[in-house]
Amino acid sequence: MRGVEPVLFDRPGPRGRRRIVVATVLAVLALAALLLLALRQFDVHGQLAADKWRPFTQWPIMSFLLNGLKYTILVTLLCTVISMPAGAVIALGRLSRRRWVSWPAVAFTEIFRSLPTMLLILVFLLALPPVGLNLPTIWKLAVPICLTGSATIAEVFRAGILALERGQTEAAYAIGMRYGQAMRLVILPQVIRPLLPLLLVQLINLLKDSTLGYVVTYSELLYSGKILGEYVHAPIQTYLVVAALYMIVNWLITRLAHLIERRQGRLPRFRTRRVDDATAVTAAAE
Amino acid sequence: MDIFSHAGDLGHGFVATLEIVLVGFVGALVIGTLIAICRISPVLPLRAFGWFYVEAFRAVPLLVLLVLCVFGLPWIGIVLSPFWSVCLGIALYAGAVVCETLRSGIRGVPFGQVEAARAIGFTFGQSLRHVVLPQAFRAMVQPFGNVFIGVVLGTSLCAAVGAQELTYATKVLSLSVGSPLVWYGCAAVLYIVVTLGSAYIFGMIERRVRFQR
Repeated sequence: MRGVEPVLFDRPGPRGRRRIVVATVLAVLALAALLLLALRQFDVHGQLAADKWRPFTQWPIMSFLLNGLKYTILVTLLCTVISMPAGAVIALGRLSRRRWVSWPAVAFTEIFRSLPTMLLILVFLLALPPVGLNLPTIWKLAVPICLTGSATIAEVFRAGILALERGQTEAAYAIGMRYGQAMRLVILPQVIRPLLPLLLVQLINLLKDSTLGYVVTYSELLYSGKILGEYVHAPIQTYLVVAALYMIVNWLITRLAHLIERRQGRLPRFRTRRVDDATAVTAAAE
Repeated sequence: MDIFSHAGDLGHGFVATLEIVLVGFVGALVIGTLIAICRISPVLPLRAFGWFYVEAFRAVPLLVLLVLCVFGLPWIGIVLSPFWSVCLGIALYAGAVVCETLRSGIRGVPFGQVEAARAIGFTFGQSLRHVVLPQAFRAMVQPFGNVFIGVVLGTSLCAAVGAQELTYATKVLSLSVGSPLVWYGCAAVLYIVVTLGSAYIFGMIERRVRFQR
């Protein structure tokens, strides 16, 4: 445990420890009761029956879902490849001193950050084909995600650039670099590394947005789950398996982000507050 | 003109969106606070439960959760109206985010502040009430604004599962009345007004409560 939490409590005495034991027992009982209640709801309505779950032990069925996962990852990577560089460029544009560069960038980020991806999906799905813009299905999904995604990612980059010391830019100018050179050679390389964990969180958001394939009928994981659930007559089981697959993938990305964050925490310039040392001090004082 | 005679339908959708946002956000505050209490309590099973909840509901996409709530729950005998189903889904999803916002807000309070409070003899409740929470809440205004905006944008996913709200109303109007780009434009303006408006309000609150150092 890091942070202020451990100091808030006194170390529990004999009575406190007894209370904690009682609370632990009660909590276990309450959680077990909750779980049993949920299982009973499934059982009473026949959703625990073995044949409702058996399809998910069979390879052809699971490979259908994993194929959906493959397309989910494909769309996510496509959107990442487009919206991460786009976000970086838009962030630089927003920070530019030239009005004709910064104003469009400001307008783009503010508008597309405030619009739901779902609305844009419907625009590309229903409103634009009649006026002659009929994209292939994958782009009907990817273009709206990239529009909102790059606006959000631009704000992440902007925050990172602003957090960097001014001295870095000034030093770059002092040795005669132009604006573009300073950004490309000095600012961005320093910004991307501390931003990596945050960019991985944005990757998760892009992956979550790809579930909108459910709306555009692109066969990514959630839409595959919909088809499969109707086919095997076990919708709730299928959606639970789908949810579990999403959880696993996103959890792995989160772990990766934490790992990178921890590795970078060792670099002195990114250490903000020496919380762990303070914890050690109070532990020693006790 | 046709568009003006149907503008009321768009208004109904807009009001429904605001209702979902309100119920979902308040529900998320309640759930998030409870989970946060679980996560910092000294009781191990509760902490494990809080950890599992946050990890699970932050990793699952909102649309999957909404689909489960709307199309899954009736299969196990829990029949809710579409409105309450999507509110439940949004509250569960945003609850995990609220929990993490609360926790990081409390963690952001400098360590010495707590130690100082303990050193001058404040009890747990006193140091929380007089020292930690006043600082934590101030730091949390902006993050909560972002959670709120996330909920607003998230409600549009309800259209995918057939709950009546702004995006759904827009879709229906554009299919039945025609001139889709006009309707989508109107909906876009409404969303932008709500998100930028709430960002402005949260920013104002933040400036109002900020400590003058």
